[in-house]
Amino acid sequence: MLQGWIIVLTSFGYLGLLFAIAYYADQRADRGRSVIASPYIYSLSLAVYATAWTFYGSVGRAASDGVGFLPIYLGPTLMIALWWIVMRKIIRISKLNRITSLADFIASRYGKSALLGGVVTIIAVIGILPYISLQLKAVSNSFTIVLQYPEIIMPAKVGAVPVLQDTALWVALILALFTILFGTRHLDAAEHHEGMVAAIAFESLVKLLAFLAVGVFVTFGIYGGFGDLFTRAAAEPKLAPMLTPLDGVAGGYASWVWLTILSMLAIMFLPRQFQVTVIENKDEKHLNKAIWLFPLYMLAINIFVLPIAFGGRLHFPEGNVDADTFVLTLPMAEQQELLALLVFIGGLSAATGMVIVETIALSTMVCNDLVMPVLLRLRRLRLAERPDLTGLLLGIRRWAIVLILLLGYLYFRLAGEAYALVSIGLISFAAVAQFAPAVFGGIFWKNATRRGALWGLIAGFGVWFYTLLLPALARSDWLPRSLLEQGPFGIELLKPLALFGLAGLDQITHAMIWSMIANVGVYVAVSLISSPTADEHRQASLFVDVFRGEGGGARFWRGTASVPDLYNVLARFLGAGAADEAFREYARLRGRRWPEDGLEADADFVHYVEMQLAGAIGGASARIMVASAVKEEALTLDEVREILDEASQVVVYSHRLEQKSRELEAATAELRAANERLKELDRLKDDFMSTVTHELRTPLTSIRAFSEILLANPDVELEQRRKFLAIITKETERLTRLINQVLDLAKIESGRAEWRVTRVDLREIVGDTLAGMSQVFKEKGIAVETRLAERIPPVSADLDRLVQVLLNLLSNAVKFCAPGRGRIEVSLAERAGFVRVDVRDNGPGISAEDQKVIFEKFRQVGDTLTAKPAGTGLGLHISRQIVEHFGGRLWVESRPGEGACFSFTLPIETVAAAAAAA
Amino acid sequence: MNGYGSKAQRLVALCLLGFLLFNYPILALFNKAGTLFGIPLLYAHIFAAWAALIGLMALVVERDDS
Repeated sequence: MLQGWIIVLTSFGYLGLLFAIAYYADQRADRGRSVIASPYIYSLSLAVYATAWTFYGSVGRAASDGVGFLPIYLGPTLMIALWWIVMRKIIRISKLNRITSLADFIASRYGKSALLGGVVTIIAVIGILPYISLQLKAVSNSFTIVLQYPEIIMPAKVGAVPVLQDTALWVALILALFTILFGTRHLDAAEHHEGMVAAIAFESLVKLLAFLAVGVFVTFGIYGGFGDLFTRAAAEPKLAPMLTPLDGVAGGYASWVWLTILSMLAIMFLPRQFQVTVIENKDEKHLNKAIWLFPLYMLAINIFVLPIAFGGRLHFPEGNVDADTFVLTLPMAEQQELLALLVFIGGLSAATGMVIVETIALSTMVCNDLVMPVLLRLRRLRLAERPDLTGLLLGIRRWAIVLILLLGYLYFRLAGEAYALVSIGLISFAAVAQFAPAVFGGIFWKNATRRGALWGLIAGFGVWFYTLLLPALARSDWLPRSLLEQGPFGIELLKPLALFGLAGLDQITHAMIWSMIANVGVYVAVSLISSPTADEHRQASLFVDVFRGEGGGARFWRGTASVPDLYNVLARFLGAGAADEAFREYARLRGRRWPEDGLEADADFVHYVEMQLAGAIGGASARIMVASAVKEEALTLDEVREILDEASQVVVYSHRLEQKSRELEAATAELRAANERLKELDRLKDDFMSTVTHELRTPLTSIRAFSEILLANPDVELEQRRKFLAIITKETERLTRLINQVLDLAKIESGRAEWRVTRVDLREIVGDTLAGMSQVFKEKGIAVETRLAERIPPVSADLDRLVQVLLNLLSNAVKFCAPGRGRIEVSLAERAGFVRVDVRDNGPGISAEDQKVIFEKFRQVGDTLTAKPAGTGLGLHISRQIVEHFGGRLWVESRPGEGACFSFTLPIETVAAAAAAA
Repeated sequence: MNGYGSKAQRLVALCLLGFLLFNYPILALFNKAGTLFGIPLLYAHIFAAWAALIGLMALVVERDDS
């Protein structure tokens, strides 16, 4: 079933399907329901990176040096991790400035320089030609091979065939026609090609599925899985060294690193990658998914490369089959006709995807940045006066597409045969890598100038031309070979493949090293010695500070314009319909209607028109056109600087203002908190006063009551009188004690208490205190048990105060012990740097709630309304203050019915503590 | 906002990690005879590290909602 007409029919059927998809997506986009506004479609469209190079060439490369094909995919994986910083910035800049291509981006950054845009375009076109020729070669070769089925015959040498019978020419022409239909049916102000992106995403799926199908067939159909395949390869003496391939190659690791870096740059600066990543991006957030989905795609399409390469080498040991064709020839050799057809379609997908996007991107560049600026400057043509230029724009792009593909074909005829697919592609990679310094510098380095970028590019490209393109032509015998072997005019030092005697590297590494030195060196040096113009200064600030989000470029315009003039300019390039739409949109954004309400031709409006125009004809051309339609007063460099300074001053001021208001807020919060604390203290003081007066009144009341009785009744019996006097004495004592304690507390809390700190032996204190209270214990019938450690290190504290604490705890214990059955246990121990004293009783115990409050002032356990309070309610509070003053802790452990245990700790005296106490 | 939040920093760190894993001398450690599950050591290392890197990148990107 692999007859010629079936293959041709299938190919055209497939191209037709692509066109249908594109048409459908365009229709949807026109109705505002975009199909490509999805991170998945976006990620798939990035996979336009995988071309015929990946599809056929990787296997070819793997068959000769194992993993050597992988840096091309590892590099982008590493680079894409940096995209959140780099690519997001480029996308943001491009959207704000309506950038239409890579050339437009670089030209806009360096002062909308038409010259720079033109140079970038020329470099891109020449640099990409080898890459396009690679696709043509792959498609025409695969077509020729499939036609020979069931024989496997390699295509005849190019050059042996007359031009008109050469499949590659027809492939080029058909692809040109197809691309024209695809990309230049109408003119879009934003240079969006929704249909193309949808078709590319579909192609990415097709080529992945086709490649995986061959991979599975070779690995598991022909051989018995990965293990079997690698075992057989290892047994083959010719293949075994490829399993550890980095040993044998000269400069193996160096070339590996440079290939990685090269592909890191290529993924950003290939015109088609810039097109799908930046220009066709619908939403910055799509980068998120793409950051891991796109590398995953590359991983998937590379898994079977090595198995197919080894499978091919094992299957065709004579070496008469080109390794670049293994993907196709293996299924053919196994009589898998359907699979072979699928592979052919997959290869076609890979090649057409690349050619379509690349030539559309290049034709936009050629039109906007090369041809239009020249035409607009040629006054003889009077272009600026023509009413409608849309036809002219489309015409230029269509011819550019045809021309680029024919040039690609020419390169294929000139130099296509001398190199394998991957080597051809790498030449293009090295060319677009030259854009890296100008772009990276452009978005991060404000002082980079137009001259720096221009001469850097020219220097880098010059070295590329000399070290890569000339040798390619020489090897194909279009230039004398002596150029390579002896150098130009016999000057050894200038040999293109060993410039200045740098030998021992592979060609790409050699070229990359020299071209990057030249490019970066000249770019930086010239930038440093040249000064920017006003335009450059303005654009540099817009690009580098894009995330600062300071308005657009409208601030920089000054002059007079009229609305009809602006309308005419726009209508000439976009057509009247699109111009009307743009004006209506502008009016709508300002809450007006057009043409009913008038519009003011102010700086904002002029800027808006320029941006609209830039979307169609590029920044540099748009600038020329707008300048021709309005009377513009040129700003001097100083004025631009002033505007920029003003803007940054405003930013600084607003930052300061923000900071001040934040400080103010913090101060307010602090004040509020302080106020709250004061209110709380005031309330506590009031509470304290009322409690103290209440406590004082109770004993006073009883003293007064009994004194009055005695005064009024002189004839009270002696026994009764004595009883009353005893009560009065007791209440007076209580009063005194209370007042003493209140004074004591006031002193401690205000920090005016006198502390006589000495070295104190707690054993001694406990012993003395217990001895002092022995009478009380005896009276109440309370048994006292002591457990005192033999040796206790001294603590530094006030002896009298400690006695006060102990007395308080012991008398509390006595108070709560049932008379006659009471038992008090006092223990003293040393633990972890502290001396600990426990006083345990067997009283009624304290509930958990009461435990929380007994250390507060005037809080006593039990209902103070019904039972007469047994103390002042200050003792425990004062005790705790004392213990804490000496760096210790006082607490209680108890459960109702099981007694209570009051404990306190004091830190053992250290040298430092002793010094502090002294 | 300057756009260099923690997500950007983590991604940069992953890029550096990748550069380390796919370069001399780490690569040289695996560039010798021997197989892992029937797959030559060097190939196994590259593809496993590659997959792990993609997994980590997905983790960093998807866990960040901003």
